[in-house]
Amino acid sequence: MTITTAGYSLLPVLPELTLAVGAMALLMIGAFNGPKVTGLVTTLAVCLLVVVGAAEIMLPAGKHVTFAGSFIVDDYARFLKVLAIIASAVTLILSREFLGDQSRRIFEYAILVLLSTLGMMVLISAGDLIMLYLGLELMSLSLYVVAASNRDNAKSTEAGLKYFVLGALSSGMLLYGASMVYGFTGTVSFAGIAAEARTGNIGLVFGLVFLLAGLCFKVSAVPFHMWTPDVYEGAPTPVTAFFASAPKVAALAVFTRVALTAFPGIVVQWQQVVVFVSLASMVLGSFAAIGQTNIKRLMAYSSIGHMGFALVGLAAGTQEGAQGVLVYIAIYVAMTLGTFAIILTMKRNGQPVETIKDFAGLSRTNPIIAFFFAMFLFSLAGVPPLAGFFGKFYVFMAAIKSGLFVLAVVGVLASVVGAFYYLSIVKLMYFDEPVGKLDSMRVELRTVLAVAGVFNVLFFVYPAPLVNAASFAAKSLF
Amino acid sequence: MTIGLGHYLAVAAILFTLGILGIFLNRKNIIVILMSIELILLAVNINMVAFSTFLGDIVGQVFALLVLTVAAAEAAIGLAVLVVYFRNRGSIAVEDVNLMKG
Repeated sequence: MTITTAGYSLLPVLPELTLAVGAMALLMIGAFNGPKVTGLVTTLAVCLLVVVGAAEIMLPAGKHVTFAGSFIVDDYARFLKVLAIIASAVTLILSREFLGDQSRRIFEYAILVLLSTLGMMVLISAGDLIMLYLGLELMSLSLYVVAASNRDNAKSTEAGLKYFVLGALSSGMLLYGASMVYGFTGTVSFAGIAAEARTGNIGLVFGLVFLLAGLCFKVSAVPFHMWTPDVYEGAPTPVTAFFASAPKVAALAVFTRVALTAFPGIVVQWQQVVVFVSLASMVLGSFAAIGQTNIKRLMAYSSIGHMGFALVGLAAGTQEGAQGVLVYIAIYVAMTLGTFAIILTMKRNGQPVETIKDFAGLSRTNPIIAFFFAMFLFSLAGVPPLAGFFGKFYVFMAAIKSGLFVLAVVGVLASVVGAFYYLSIVKLMYFDEPVGKLDSMRVELRTVLAVAGVFNVLFFVYPAPLVNAASFAAKSLF
Repeated sequence: MTIGLGHYLAVAAILFTLGILGIFLNRKNIIVILMSIELILLAVNINMVAFSTFLGDIVGQVFALLVLTVAAAEAAIGLAVLVVYFRNRGSIAVEDVNLMKG
């Protein structure tokens, strides 16, 4: 049987189709059996993600374009999709405890995560503005609901509401930008826009700025970051772990693809915007985090800062820069998921504790967790030889080779300031008096922690697979 | 006076600005924010259709139809989140959305 018709082959979208059909099948299982199958649906959702990830890797190598150019599967898309799928699957595993609670047996949670992942995959593969918008909305609409999923909790619903209002505003700006770009180039496909956008026509630049503003919101870069701390604090912790990982991968992926494949002719125009956004994010992420007392709020500012660092690579506008972005985001996801596995274990007598003070003396009560947490914090701060250092190394090298010295210098200074608050947590864990023992760590959290921790500590021994994969992926953009 | 592309774009720009101002200046009611969001999306649709007509290209109209569909889904989700929020807080005034700073 062949499923190919001219220009509209279904083979490249096979993983997405599998995910969509699978998610709907799981929805049926949940709808007919009620809340008691929450655990089963979550397990099946993880299996489905594994199958989809495998399908993505097994697709024939090379670049496939389908639906008349609006859907692209290349090495870049494959790398980021696999990363987003891993992040979603791990967050589902991390959510098992949250969903196990009698009052919160919501099987819809897993379905929403799956649909959101589907949105991310479409977003990463988008080849025109329509696909970009549809993928972005499928991702975001699921995320709004997931943020408010703890629906009897005032903070969670407030987080959902704030995320919805600001998210819808940003989609509106992105769309307005898309309409201007369409109007002034006469096409919506990235390749077509690239062919038309050779000069900085004022209408086109106007549209480009709106488009970038919408994308900046999704990666939570300054000045569109205001939702991040509130949503991270208010949403249930497993949901925060999800927000901090997979959607960031997809948003950064589409940001990079739009900038590099749709507007290579007017690099000067978007480079200024990206340089400003990245500078502001790095500086704000470092300074605003200092006064925080809630660990989830701190992670929010940390993720704002990290997005700033990742955008340094994009600002370079070169293949090396794109490779830096990819290495950075992969390492960032590993560090973040590991850190959240630890934050999720922060419970005393079954009650979650979220303030930074609760980490005091952790080295004496739970030495292994304290060791891993210290390693993640050193890595987030960018201390060699941990993984986080290499992420920063690649993006700063790319920036320096493109002559963006100010950006690189400010970035290094910002990471020094950032190290202050990461290290103050390490000090609290190792030199302060313990405040009481934590509950024991669940087995799935332990597994995630061990894998992320080993990756983080031993990355420097054998970095070649990730760096080479990122290099191939970046090459397919140019 | 003939009505050209510029006029359509001006109307869309005014509606878009009104929508943005509606979100930021409104201090009373979250429903007004939802209406402002719709206004923004409709401004975009006017833009799309105007460009589509003047370029003689159908893609803009296809895009506008998709935007309409997504806007409906977005409004549904927004109202659902709002209902859940109202059950917890008993108010939908914008000033009361303040459990977390920022």
